[in-house]
Amino acid sequence: MRAISWLLAGFAFLSFSASARAAETQVAVAANFAGPMQVLAEKFAKKTGHHAVIVSGATGKLSAQIQNGAPFEVFLSADMTTPQKLEEQGLAVRGSRFTYARGRLVLYGPRPDLGQNGEATLKAGEFAHLAIANPKLAPYGAAALSVLVKLGLKAALEPKLVIGENISQTMQFVESGNAELGFVALSQVQVPGKPQSGSFWLVPSSLYDPIRQDAALLLHGEHNQAARALLDYLKTDEAKAVIVSYGYELEQKPKTNAPSAKH
Amino acid sequence: MLSPGEASAVWLTIELAAVTTLCLLVLGTPIAWWLAHSRSLLRRPIAALVALPLILPPTVLGFYLLLLLGPNGAIGRAMLRIGMSTLPFTFPGLVVASTLYSLPFVVQPLHTAFEGVGARPLEVAATLGAGPWDRFFTVALPLARPGFVTGAMLGFAHTVGEFGVVLMIGGNIPGKTRVLSVALYDHVEALEYSDAHRLAAGLLLFSFLVLLGLYSFRVKASPV
Repeated sequence: MRAISWLLAGFAFLSFSASARAAETQVAVAANFAGPMQVLAEKFAKKTGHHAVIVSGATGKLSAQIQNGAPFEVFLSADMTTPQKLEEQGLAVRGSRFTYARGRLVLYGPRPDLGQNGEATLKAGEFAHLAIANPKLAPYGAAALSVLVKLGLKAALEPKLVIGENISQTMQFVESGNAELGFVALSQVQVPGKPQSGSFWLVPSSLYDPIRQDAALLLHGEHNQAARALLDYLKTDEAKAVIVSYGYELEQKPKTNAPSAKH
Repeated sequence: MLSPGEASAVWLTIELAAVTTLCLLVLGTPIAWWLAHSRSLLRRPIAALVALPLILPPTVLGFYLLLLLGPNGAIGRAMLRIGMSTLPFTFPGLVVASTLYSLPFVVQPLHTAFEGVGARPLEVAATLGAGPWDRFFTVALPLARPGFVTGAMLGFAHTVGEFGVVLMIGGNIPGKTRVLSVALYDHVEALEYSDAHRLAAGLLLFSFLVLLGLYSFRVKASPV
């Protein structure tokens, strides 16, 4: 009993001393960006000593949690409208929004020929399941649905749709072999250092609205220096190189309402 | 009051719970009988195995089922080889998962009921010339009736209340695998709280009524 209480006291001391040295920030990340964010958080910690705690999920789900008082301080969304709405509701700090990445949608599967035959494969319809993320919650799911509508395949393929809770579960449905095809983010397929299996069709951007992924500082993080430091870090060349390595594109011209970068 | 999508989720849930309960009774009865009467060394390990879903996170079961039943898993591959399609994202897949997940809720009441019947009535029946099947169907089954009612109600209700496993292997397909609990989760995540309230209140009322029925039944059955 005595040993246990000493142990607990030790842990309490350790965690206290750690938090005294560097700040911590809670980051809500759209599932498609969870992979690169993990890498970025490590580099960020090395550079600044701050620790980013990552929670990933569908953009809509994270937004619902934020609206219900989740203690997130930074939000990396998979679209631009959700952070905008949070700002209108007074939950995100005004003027903190900026585009950290532009996402690309791909049709992915274990078969080898999707690169050339992605559209033809969809049209042939010779598969049992096509996985997409929940269009109500995940911008990549909404984009996937718009592709099916534009190709005139929505009615034909709707019975074959399998709906992932977020883009990670969608990917997992395909990776486990349970769905032959899935619309996922390019960043999930093109992972630096991970050998590629299967093939993917880079969906032409004419088939869906651009996936502009905005970040925002949330109200909870307004006075947390680690939260602000993380958003600043995402604008550095080091961070941009990581983001691009996952297949994202960067925003060309700076947004008018973006705060002037301090670097 | 319910949208067409929600009405189909209600029907799907009832259908799933009914089919699952049937499977549970068919599968659970011999298991419970064996557990109540066997002197085998395997009795305890099997009892523990059956009880596992009581404490196992549904995600563990969902994860293994997804891998095992998928086209790269042992069972999924075997099914493809004999010309069947794989189970994840299908109604039969949900039945298999739900049956495994609710097994202890049926086997344990049956096990207790069979033990309660004891050896005496069966021995008496045997001296009167009843064969083993006859003894089971005309003596043991009627005497174990309370166990069957309890098991069936718990199995049905537990399947209605199932969420994690269905979310992992169901694929949330409207009309096929989007059961009530998943439809409710969808509403909550999309901030459609008024829709969520309708489903949540309905499930709450249903669960209460099942338990109320169960307790009333027990009071009536136990003094015998």
